[in-house]
Amino acid sequence: MIELKYYLLISAALFSLGVFGVLTRRNAVNVLMGVELILNSANLNLVAFSRYSSAGIDGQMFAVFVIVVAAAEVAVALAIVLTLYRVLNTVNLDRADVLKR
Amino acid sequence: MSVTDIVFILTAIVTVGSAVVVVVSRSLIYSVFSLLFTFFGVAVLYVFLGADFLAGAQVLIYVGGILVLLLFGVMLTHRLYNLNLTTERFQPIAGTLIAAAVFASISLAAFKTKWKLVGERELEPTTQQIGEAFLSSYLLPFEIASVLLLVALIGAAMLVRRRTDV
Repeated sequence: MIELKYYLLISAALFSLGVFGVLTRRNAVNVLMGVELILNSANLNLVAFSRYSSAGIDGQMFAVFVIVVAAAEVAVALAIVLTLYRVLNTVNLDRADVLKR
Repeated sequence: MSVTDIVFILTAIVTVGSAVVVVVSRSLIYSVFSLLFTFFGVAVLYVFLGADFLAGAQVLIYVGGILVLLLFGVMLTHRLYNLNLTTERFQPIAGTLIAAAVFASISLAAFKTKWKLVGERELEPTTQQIGEAFLSSYLLPFEIASVLLLVALIGAAMLVRRRTDV
């Protein structure tokens, strides 16, 4: 039988890879992919704990809400990225250092 | 080692391996398509955990929605004649160190902690339970999530609209 800690291990790997992506990537869309990895790892943890503990269905409910928030987040973030591209003509986050022009 | 274990290990390898490609690959298109395999891998892990509704939602929303949006983001923020959509890396050594430290501390915590577990519960369909929970104890968060989606929809449309002098 697969134990809980292996799910936690996969989730930790996804989380740290997401952190690595957010820290090292300069492209705004790529940073978003890192954030998606982090959200997925959190979801995996929620579902794993919901299965192996006595919490019942609550963990899965939280995971559903995380998915909803992730969908809203990626829509708004891409709108911001597109606006950034239209104003600055780049999506490199190092070049996005002005508040107004 | 049973067949379940082998499938689980393969799924774990595919999930983590394609996540590595997502954050390491220089090509943005490769990153997006590796993210597809990561999302599918997580959906398979949900099936392992007996969360059938969530596995379906993962495929529908992440693969069908978020991935396509990200692909749009990649395509719309580059000139079409510039076909090598690459990205720069920034401080790879410091990033690797921090990510390794995060991974080490989380996995150490996961393995050292004595979790209070009840053992694996019976596999049962979860869709009806989730639906009933949405309309009873989670009614307020459910409504707030609906409003959040509406706000995100309007906000995204407002951000990318063509500015006119009003």
